[in-house]
Amino acid sequence: MFKKTGIAALGLALMASATYAADIKIGYVTTLTTPAAVLGNDMKDAVNLALEHLGGKMAGKTVEVIFEDDGFKPEIGKQKTDKLVQQDDVPIVAGYIWSNVLLASAKSVLDAGKFLISSNAGPSQIAGKLCNKNFFSTSWQNDQTPMAMGEVLNQQGVKSLYLLGPNYAAGKNMMTGVQRTFKGEIKGKDLTKWPSQLDFSAELAKAKASGAEAIFVFYPGKAGGAFIKQYQQAGLKGVMDLYTVFTVDAISLPKLQAGKLEGVLGSRLTQQWDPTLDNAANKKFVADFRTKYKRYPSFYAAQAYDTINLIASGVEAVGGDMTKTDDLRAAMEKADYASVRGKYTYGKNHFPVQNFYLREVVADADGNWTTKVVKTVYENHVDPYVGECPLAQ
Amino acid sequence: MSTLFLIQFLNGLQLGVLLFLLAAGLTLVFGIMDFVNLAHGSLYMVGAFFCATLTFWTGSFVWAALLAIPLTALVGLVLEIGVIRHLYQRDHLDHVLATFGFILIADTLVHLIWGPEGIAIPLPGYLRGQVEVLPGIIFPTFRLVIIGSGLLVAFGLYWLIGRTRLGMLIRAGASNRTMVSALGIDIKTLFTAVFALGAVLAGLAGMLIAPITEATIGMGNDIIITAFVVIIVGGIGSMKGAFIGALLIGLIDTLGRSFLDDILKLFIPINAAETAGPAISSMLIYLIMAAVLAFRPQGLFPPKVR
Repeated sequence: MFKKTGIAALGLALMASATYAADIKIGYVTTLTTPAAVLGNDMKDAVNLALEHLGGKMAGKTVEVIFEDDGFKPEIGKQKTDKLVQQDDVPIVAGYIWSNVLLASAKSVLDAGKFLISSNAGPSQIAGKLCNKNFFSTSWQNDQTPMAMGEVLNQQGVKSLYLLGPNYAAGKNMMTGVQRTFKGEIKGKDLTKWPSQLDFSAELAKAKASGAEAIFVFYPGKAGGAFIKQYQQAGLKGVMDLYTVFTVDAISLPKLQAGKLEGVLGSRLTQQWDPTLDNAANKKFVADFRTKYKRYPSFYAAQAYDTINLIASGVEAVGGDMTKTDDLRAAMEKADYASVRGKYTYGKNHFPVQNFYLREVVADADGNWTTKVVKTVYENHVDPYVGECPLAQ
Repeated sequence: MSTLFLIQFLNGLQLGVLLFLLAAGLTLVFGIMDFVNLAHGSLYMVGAFFCATLTFWTGSFVWAALLAIPLTALVGLVLEIGVIRHLYQRDHLDHVLATFGFILIADTLVHLIWGPEGIAIPLPGYLRGQVEVLPGIIFPTFRLVIIGSGLLVAFGLYWLIGRTRLGMLIRAGASNRTMVSALGIDIKTLFTAVFALGAVLAGLAGMLIAPITEATIGMGNDIIITAFVVIIVGGIGSMKGAFIGALLIGLIDTLGRSFLDDILKLFIPINAAETAGPAISSMLIYLIMAAVLAFRPQGLFPPKVR
């Protein structure tokens, strides 16, 4: 009797797991441990919200996202990517906060003929020489955001600048980006050890001694908060104006507010998205994200939300048949979905051709620190590496 | 140029005294108890998180730091009595395994209790500003506080180890442990006290740096490597070595970061110097360590052993 019940239970369990197994699996690599987990969790929350908005289905088929943690390290990111490609055999791998993790992992996905969608990282190599027909970005190429900032600095009449950022793939791209457009004098540049260096005393002293009018900074994640604090403690507010990219975001602002670092209010940053952008998709995303998670979404979250909707637009077009890779690619190339940044198109290297905005840090009606759009810096901006991409030739 | 040099000297000094606080505990535990404590950095992190939470409870950073010190000592005591004490007889590999395990446990516990995002500690207004140390040399007040408290602790330790009975026992324990216990000294209690002292020093370092960086998970894992470099350069088990080694490493690291690329630009093309500068300056302290290991493997100021 026991045995029979046991077999019945086993059968039931197997049945249950069989019906539970999703039709379409998507791999998602992000950072879920170390302090950078706060960025990864924001993306994970946005992915889950996007799935909820889609009713858990694309083209009538159930969807499962398998999250993997890169541990903030390229080698672990690559291992997890290999696992998703080989063991889970997912048709699409998405995510990737860090350029160095994406560069280490891209080959595993693309050589297997699968799709790779970056929710954040945009290293120059993948936009240029290493571009691939199965790679898509829902963020930007690294150089673009600082290029927009360089333009803003010209418009503000800033004559001299000091550059500061971390010494890794993205840090180098950001420095190149701002130097592409900034017309004034670069008084000096420092690349710091990444990710371990969080004390920038020596660099701040150098920047101040250089006599530059303003300082341009790229420090994502916890380094950003640390930098802002030290900038204020060194008494540089009002001496050297602060212009940042990817340093001040919805994740660092509440902490800076708790730490009473008013120095950040009024500081300016450039980005392709802002929570106040006026379009239906963005309003719904920001409102539902705030209701569900009780905080503002960051740009990481916005891009992750877009990633899932881009995939959904492709999957709908092929009716859920993931073997039709050519049709799936053609559908995604149209970017025919309601992006929270508004309508954009894809360049030949599959990086978005999109607007960039100047944002300012302000307090909202409830006193929470957030950002608002000051103006549009670039319309339909194309990244500078597309010419090097063999697909464009 | 000379004003910048003086400011960078102060920055280097500040990094140096911070490293000294960590290295002092490390060298005591390693030199006297012959125990490799990789988890020393976790105590640094725990100190920072205690201080952060208490700052929000008490509303004052200074009170929070004063309360967090005994709490960190308590963590050190519990750790020593519960785990570390049973490992003294084992070999170094077991020490490394056990304390590495403790790092993972501590990081995960902090993730569970405080979340992954880290905590920014607000400073009181009088510590937030800057001071004009000399005409034209403006330096953040709080960094001066770090230098001051580090030097104060260094002086306190010098007095404790050189002038008190406890210090005498510690020095005796470092030279010849078996003889000390043969003379009827309760070596177990002595070791517990030394370990707790090391924990307090590490925790204090964490509390001092947290208002500048943030209390974050794994904050100790990066700096502990530098602290090991300090005690290897200074000589393992030597307090004087830890002090001079820490200041040396702090100054070399800071001055390297600030002047190396300018110096390189005199010899090689600017582009090459901009690439090589950050790479070499982040290696500099390890090059110093390698040189010390090659030419003076016992360190610059090894403890006297008879």
